[in-house]
Amino acid sequence: MNDLVAPPVVAEAAAPPHIGRRVVRPNARRLTEGRGTYVDDVELPRMAHVVYLRSPHAHARVVSVDVTAAHAMPGVIAIVDGARLAQVCAPFVGTLSHMVGMRSAPQYAIAIDRACWQGEAVLAIVADTRALAEDAVETIVVEWEPLPAVADMETALAPQTPVIHAELGSNLCYHRELDTGGVDAAFAGADVVVEETYVFGRHTGVTMEPRSVLADFNPAERRLTVHHSHQAPHMMADLYARQLGLPEADVRVICRDVGGSFGIKVHAYADDFATVALAVLLKRPVKFVADRLESFVTDIHAREHRVKARLALTREGRMLAFDIDDLTGIGPYSMFPRTSVVEGNQVVNITGGPYNHPEYRAKLDVVFQNKVQTSQYRGVGHPVACAVTEGIVDLAAVRMGIDPLELRRRNVMEDDSYPRKGASGIVLEKLSHQQCLAKLETMIDYPALRQEQAELRKKGIYRGIGIAVLIELTNPGAAFYGVGGARIAAQEGATVRLDPTGVVHCAVGVGEQGQGTETIFAQIAADEVGLPLAAVRIITGDTAVTPYGGGTWASRGAGIGGEAVLQASRQLRTNILALAAAHLKRDAGELDVADGKVRDRATQATLVDFAELGRIAYFRPDLLPQGFQSELVVTRHYSQRTYPFVFTNGVQASYVEVDIETGFVKLLKHWAVEDCGRVINPLLLDEQIRGAIVQGIGGALFEECLYDGSGLLRNGSMADYLVPMASEMPDIEVAHVETPTRTSELGAKGAGEAGTAGAPAAVMNAINDALAPFDVRVTAQPFTPEKILRALNKI
Amino acid sequence: MKAPRFAYTRVTTVADAVSLLRQHGDDARLLAGGQTLLATLNMRLSEPVVLVDITGIEALHGVAVQDGFLRIGALTRHVDIERSELVAQRLPLLTQAVPFLAHAAIRNRGTFGGSVAFADPAAEWPACALAADGELILSNGTNERRVMAGDFFIDLYQTDLHPDELIIAVEFPLPGRQRRFAFTELARRHGDYAIVGIAVAGDISGGVMGDLRIVFLGVGNTPMRALGAETALNGKRGDPAVLAAAIASLSEDIAPSDDLYTSAAAKSHLAGVLLQRAVKSLLHEGETP
Repeated sequence: MNDLVAPPVVAEAAAPPHIGRRVVRPNARRLTEGRGTYVDDVELPRMAHVVYLRSPHAHARVVSVDVTAAHAMPGVIAIVDGARLAQVCAPFVGTLSHMVGMRSAPQYAIAIDRACWQGEAVLAIVADTRALAEDAVETIVVEWEPLPAVADMETALAPQTPVIHAELGSNLCYHRELDTGGVDAAFAGADVVVEETYVFGRHTGVTMEPRSVLADFNPAERRLTVHHSHQAPHMMADLYARQLGLPEADVRVICRDVGGSFGIKVHAYADDFATVALAVLLKRPVKFVADRLESFVTDIHAREHRVKARLALTREGRMLAFDIDDLTGIGPYSMFPRTSVVEGNQVVNITGGPYNHPEYRAKLDVVFQNKVQTSQYRGVGHPVACAVTEGIVDLAAVRMGIDPLELRRRNVMEDDSYPRKGASGIVLEKLSHQQCLAKLETMIDYPALRQEQAELRKKGIYRGIGIAVLIELTNPGAAFYGVGGARIAAQEGATVRLDPTGVVHCAVGVGEQGQGTETIFAQIAADEVGLPLAAVRIITGDTAVTPYGGGTWASRGAGIGGEAVLQASRQLRTNILALAAAHLKRDAGELDVADGKVRDRATQATLVDFAELGRIAYFRPDLLPQGFQSELVVTRHYSQRTYPFVFTNGVQASYVEVDIETGFVKLLKHWAVEDCGRVINPLLLDEQIRGAIVQGIGGALFEECLYDGSGLLRNGSMADYLVPMASEMPDIEVAHVETPTRTSELGAKGAGEAGTAGAPAAVMNAINDALAPFDVRVTAQPFTPEKILRALNKI
Repeated sequence: MKAPRFAYTRVTTVADAVSLLRQHGDDARLLAGGQTLLATLNMRLSEPVVLVDITGIEALHGVAVQDGFLRIGALTRHVDIERSELVAQRLPLLTQAVPFLAHAAIRNRGTFGGSVAFADPAAEWPACALAADGELILSNGTNERRVMAGDFFIDLYQTDLHPDELIIAVEFPLPGRQRRFAFTELARRHGDYAIVGIAVAGDISGGVMGDLRIVFLGVGNTPMRALGAETALNGKRGDPAVLAAAIASLSEDIAPSDDLYTSAAAKSHLAGVLLQRAVKSLLHEGETP
């Protein structure tokens, strides 16, 4: 009955240009009406469901398994262990060759004989329904021999700590040092040195749709189709082909609607390989949909870091050197295929990134432990690097009695100093820190806010203002994964096609996870071909249909995928003009395209519309001149090769009130000034930034995977793991500075992660600013009432 | 996860419900709003053989004033209390507490009786029942008995409800003109179970407190009545020294334990803060020294 109330989705941009306008997502209505197609909505004939029996111990040997009763349970199809699956699916190792010296151990689709974290699967139970499989699991008797677990990353490398993988000789996964050479001299000669340690709680991304896989293997032609809730379908097709020994051409991965991803769904999980291998083994479709409880112990975690930081300055407040020591714990295996060292690596690359300091030293230790694997989650290292940088800059401001905004103003890289390098060696195309700081100052009315703060403080109300300047790595080239040997596409392709009805179909390798990617592709295609938005259809998420691409990660969708769409659309426009010229017997140079019609450039008179051109091209080519062939399908590719990454920048501010009696933090307001280059859709962009800020606030105030000393997760449910919720969120105001990248004609940089990068630092600095009258600081996220009360000596 | 297989029966009388409880013993569970039960089923923490849906028992529904009491039927949903003018006028403590109670979706289904019967020590209704001196009416289908809220909550999730009984209603004495109420709680996220909460009822006359009933939630195995604090405050005005004495006496009144995020020490401290705030909110402008 939905059609009875059919308010048209009014896209503000009925007329071009569409780029730069607040276009509403055409797919929003379908999704909000419950008409999306997620993996769990797909039902196939003879489909079976798999449930994994998971280790209740952080580290344990499987002594024996008794499945006798389970085999007799109704609906049970098969019970398969790791050794049997290893005959179908090869083990994998999550290393990248450009992370020099990194090691990890082979990981199997299902663990064989030993589980290395609480939640690792040791047995697959396949049944007619998920409920029947769960009934069967309850009858299985596993005898476990618990082994000593490595829980605390601080002692993971200590001699008395057991080594998780004997063949590696230690629990060290990766070590990196970066040193510009003059750090010790800079600190020795500095007027001011500040030092502080920052701790980051391990947390995870919580998606509305859990990880889901439906593997369909056709033994007659040995073709595999996988319905997947994933960000990188081509990567998964390649990996399934390799691990299962199938030709890649015979593997198809389909990602229809994806209910949130945030990096959680960019990895290749053991569960994915196990489900696909079971489908091959059993010769029937097998579905796995993670439930919320197992998601907490199998979805990747992130951000468990301890960073010791030092900053040297002159008495005028000029930064001389940053020196950091980062320790991070990643679970028992480096995640496949993107590894678990990228987060730490980014902390090294990005700390101190906005500033002019000449000297920099960083040390990174990435260690194994018996907890859930960690890997890339929205922001990847940026929230850590930004909090360390901005935390210690604020500490310096307090010590020196310099206004924190002013201290930043004195040290950010000047807007006219690009292109240039940062102290860590990162190459920066063009940033706008000075413009962004100026804009923020006006936006928040900084002097008035400071005055309000001072007046309220007299009344015993403690408010704080926190500022966080950030840089964010986006639009990566092959530097991220390709050069390290991972077969993850660094380029993107788009195919545009004009149909006989004058509609343009556009297939892109980058998919949609709810952020609106398809909408901005449609805007770009509409403007560049020259037709209404309603006449554009976007196709994503099917390796059999879309050009080979990398998918969604590292804030590359708009910048890389969008440019491919632009280039393909631009060529299609040229081809349409050539067709019109042939049909009208005019010079193409005299013609123009707008709103799905070809016009006389001089008089603006409409000469022919796309539908008529389509009719002629497809059905009456006999009417066209001999020797002319219309080409109404165009594919173009784009890879960003000028820089390893195109950096963006921004600045955020948080305004909080700390109840010093209860330790509760009330978020009053949050602001972001963001420069992601050319803005394609301000509506979607602002919502991306708001959502990302909320996720950052989650890490700063709420989210933490709490483990006990034996490596067991203590809060793995939605009741106990605190995701940020609307009631506690502040209003978030967003403004933009636009510095388009010159690496593409579109000029767009990435925007999906910067919010998460800056929010924790801004909130931390705001809390510490509020606590300043008491001369105490908190530096261990999340900032719980308990931690704040302890800092205030109330308990 | 998926719930294990169970049978479902819908009854329309207390006698039928009780008969099923007697027949199946521990294997039967009463289903009212289902806001706790259904989650435990899906997590396989509880595997009853039969669910007895009691939502069709008319006698358990409704809010009414009769014989000097406000009667809240056990099947009254949280949202019904939230929207009840009668409750707002006659027992505003419940109206003050209900916004803290979970989220709208839960308030739309969860029931007053279900919450009282489950007796989560961090839940709002058990504490309010105790603070407002409620009396529970319990029935085994043939006999009714009455138990004061103060005697009903025995230990963690343990109540005086017999295995073959249902809560029919809770009756609250209608407060006199001088009686005032306060409710507040601290939760990390609005709608979560409270870290600490407080429900207070008291007669205020010329700024002097009397006949106080101070009940904490989240700081013991049951809702905890703070008798020491009541003694410290009864007959007094809310001046700082009196409040300090009341706060000091809390160490005898409450017995918090550590939870995932908050230590017992922090909860004790927060209980003192809430006591002070609740007393201040009980007193009007000019009544505070």
